[in-house]
Amino acid sequence: MENQVIAPNNAFVRSHRLRETIGKYWYKFSRNKLSVLGLVIVLLVIFMAIFAPWVTPYPQHAGPFVDYDNAGKPPSSKYIFGTDIFGRDIFSRIVFAFRGALVMAIVVLLLSVPPGLLLGLLAGFYRDTWIDTVIMRITDIFLSVPPLILALAIASVLKPNLMNSMIAVTLMWWPWYTRLVYGMASSIRNEYFVIAAELTGASRFHIIFREILPNCLSPVFTKMALDVGWVILIGASLSFVGLGEQPPTPALGQMVSDGARYMPDLWWMTVFPALAIVVIILGFNLLGDGIRDMLETRTG
Amino acid sequence: MTENGLLQIKNLHVWYKVYGGYLKVLDGVYFDVNKGERVGLVGETGCGKTTTMKAILRILPEKDSKIPEGEIHFKGQDILKMNSSELQKVRSQGIAMIFQDPTAALNPVFTIGDQLSEAIKVAFSSGRAHKETVKQAAIRALKEARLPDQERLLGNYPIQLSGGMRQRVCISMAVSTPRDLLIADEPGTSLDVTIQDQILRLLNELVEKKSTSIILITHSLGVAREMTDRIYVMYAGTMVEVAKSKELFRNPLHPYTLGLLSSIPKLSGGGIARGIPGRIPDYLNPPTGCRFHPRCPQALPECSVQKPGFYDVGDGHKVACFLYKG
Amino acid sequence: MSNKEILKIEHLKKYFKVGKKQGQPVFLKAVDDINLSVYEGETFGLVGESGSGKSTTAYTVIGMYRPTSGKIYYKGMDISFEAAKRPQSLKKDMQIVFQDPGSSLNPRQTIKQILELPLRLHRKIRGKDIEQTVIELLQKVELPPEYMFKSPPAIGGGEKQMVAIARALASAPSFIVLDEPTSALDVSIQAKIINKIMDLQKEMGLTYLFITHDLSLMRNVANRVAIMYLGKICELASATEFYKKPLHPYTRMLLASIPVVSDAEEELKPRKIASTGEIPSPVNVPPGCGFHPRCPEKAKVCSEVVPEMVEVEPGHFVSCHQFSAKFADFWKQS
Repeated sequence: MENQVIAPNNAFVRSHRLRETIGKYWYKFSRNKLSVLGLVIVLLVIFMAIFAPWVTPYPQHAGPFVDYDNAGKPPSSKYIFGTDIFGRDIFSRIVFAFRGALVMAIVVLLLSVPPGLLLGLLAGFYRDTWIDTVIMRITDIFLSVPPLILALAIASVLKPNLMNSMIAVTLMWWPWYTRLVYGMASSIRNEYFVIAAELTGASRFHIIFREILPNCLSPVFTKMALDVGWVILIGASLSFVGLGEQPPTPALGQMVSDGARYMPDLWWMTVFPALAIVVIILGFNLLGDGIRDMLETRTG
Repeated sequence: MTENGLLQIKNLHVWYKVYGGYLKVLDGVYFDVNKGERVGLVGETGCGKTTTMKAILRILPEKDSKIPEGEIHFKGQDILKMNSSELQKVRSQGIAMIFQDPTAALNPVFTIGDQLSEAIKVAFSSGRAHKETVKQAAIRALKEARLPDQERLLGNYPIQLSGGMRQRVCISMAVSTPRDLLIADEPGTSLDVTIQDQILRLLNELVEKKSTSIILITHSLGVAREMTDRIYVMYAGTMVEVAKSKELFRNPLHPYTLGLLSSIPKLSGGGIARGIPGRIPDYLNPPTGCRFHPRCPQALPECSVQKPGFYDVGDGHKVACFLYKG
Repeated sequence: MSNKEILKIEHLKKYFKVGKKQGQPVFLKAVDDINLSVYEGETFGLVGESGSGKSTTAYTVIGMYRPTSGKIYYKGMDISFEAAKRPQSLKKDMQIVFQDPGSSLNPRQTIKQILELPLRLHRKIRGKDIEQTVIELLQKVELPPEYMFKSPPAIGGGEKQMVAIARALASAPSFIVLDEPTSALDVSIQAKIINKIMDLQKEMGLTYLFITHDLSLMRNVANRVAIMYLGKICELASATEFYKKPLHPYTRMLLASIPVVSDAEEELKPRKIASTGEIPSPVNVPPGCGFHPRCPEKAKVCSEVVPEMVEVEPGHFVSCHQFSAKFADFWKQS
């Protein structure tokens, strides 16, 4: 065709556009130094969790292991965080505990966010119809039960292990996303660009997933980053009471609980796992703030 | 500062920090307001009018902006060099700003009375003598803005008022205590033409009554023509032309002013001119020389190399264009 | 401009229920019995302030709202219902450009995706052809092809509106409703867009229903104009007549208050009547003629009887008692 105009879309142009987009996002993210700190903490935790057998001095202490000669030793150059009553290195066990914590967070979010998101979109799109009422009332019911109690109730009915504790937390996590997306979806539904699509005859599928959904995602991503910390905390609360990862596999909450009865003498058994929980949550919170800054679209 | 001079901006530059560098928005702004004068500032979106006004009151975002050069003299003192108590005095007694969107300028969770009193209390505590109580001053301010039922209004919340009334409340806040200078940023733009008319008339009256000076920011040359004594035309961070209002419309000189005037739909009909080709410049990499030259139908070779000065063509009429040099 | 009637509105009413008062429902009478026709190839202008009902009229025509009563005919077909019930062929043929391009374009889509929707739905274009057609559309509104990979927040207001226009053109319509298409834009950009809209009309034989509050703009755009107040049409005439010989007091009040930029234009305005008061809410329409509380020429009958539309001269309609056969004497006496 003679007069065909070709818009430049070759690999070079595309990679330039990609680099520019990444650059802009990084600029917005890194404006706040604390967000960068959060990112560093999170990357460190993930790295250590993945390479736990190689970055810890005593990887075998995360399994069935006893060494009563070295039980209850305070922090030293040999055992940086000291040992517990079985002689296991607390530092190594904490790093291995990261694994369970992160796996739980990932699985819970992967399982709870999509259904929560979908229900919120549907309820928002069908606002003020029976679909809205049914979905939101069920959501309200789940939300009205104190989260920890709900998780405990579910987890105690099922056998105590990591998988079941994940199921318990997933079941109480999805409603938060429904609530979040419901508000956004129902207001976006009345925006002119959605009306324009409807007036031109777009299908409901297109409207929900191509017009409304992309505008709901930013807060969802931010919340997911922040939620990792919270899921880990709930997970730790569950393992604190014995529901969750079973011994000898280490779990942060369980380590805190084990050490509690030896306070204040063997203080390192409780304090370091607790600090680890704090640091992880802090890291994800700061990261979440940064993600929010990065994704916000400036108005005007 | 001349005897009659109230505000004098000299060679003001303002930059905003963004990804990739700085947006060099203001590129040497010159702007004067005399006592008792009504000055119009006309320019399109993005030309820097609001930035200039924010610079005067020093309400630019601290972290993300910088003023590499320039002076803003108010009653003889440079605002940019003032300390916080002097600045406070300027903001509470010297200059008042009436923002464009009255709904956004009023706090929805406080009553009109609360917000008015706040403004008045600050002015009272900064030393100027006053004879009335805060409440009396508030009622008087509302009366001056032609708002009826003042006592009841004090207890109302912004949401209970119409757009026109909210704008009047903002105006009453600005004139509740004596001021030297009012800055009105596109007053009435979000309201209907007939209401806007009333608001502008009100401002006019108040300005005359109290011999306050006023800077009227607008994108409408028609509004500026009716409501001001002198008009500045602004483009891309520079003042391109200034003249007495009647003179500007009788004898517009700068190519941008001409382009702007031709774009305005005329009541006589016949279609509108094609507008001005091109876009406003990218402040990250602004054009060299005269910032208008890429879009100028009368550009000369020197326009892309050097920035023109503000040349005087008589009777206070100045043009920033090499066509009128010397 | 032909004599073929493309749009006919008959006794259209659109009321919104906004609550209850003493057991009776309270209605916001946004559009309250209007009649007008739009002919093929013309630009019909609907002008008025906020609360006048002009936008509601446009939205009811395009199918955003269902009429409370009355009829809308498009090319002879009864279309007095909301868009969901309208055939796809109608949606293809009738398009709308909204006022605020910032909210009428999805900020999370690329321009290609935005333009793709009508192309896919109405012209059944797919795959490789989409890109080519998108480029052609962008060229029509003088935007470079690279823009199809950009998102609305990355481009300026005027350019966004050009995209909105391109979207309206994508389905190859014959009728476009333009709701204040340039009100949110600067005057030099407005000039560019209005000229483009007018060029496209000539080029493609389009019919426009053009809505704005800017009387000066309307003068340069419309062939015929109707002015609305509180849901009713006060005056309807050809553009020349409307501006040269405005009859309704509201029309004259509005024309008198426009800011203009030259003494020559000042001469063209009717004698200055200072506008008083604010527009009442369409929930509380005054009895009789809705404009009477603000009218400097009112008589007793104005607060009692709703005026009817009278054809004062061929094609020039006014609804004001001064021009009705029945009541005109009231004014002759004084």
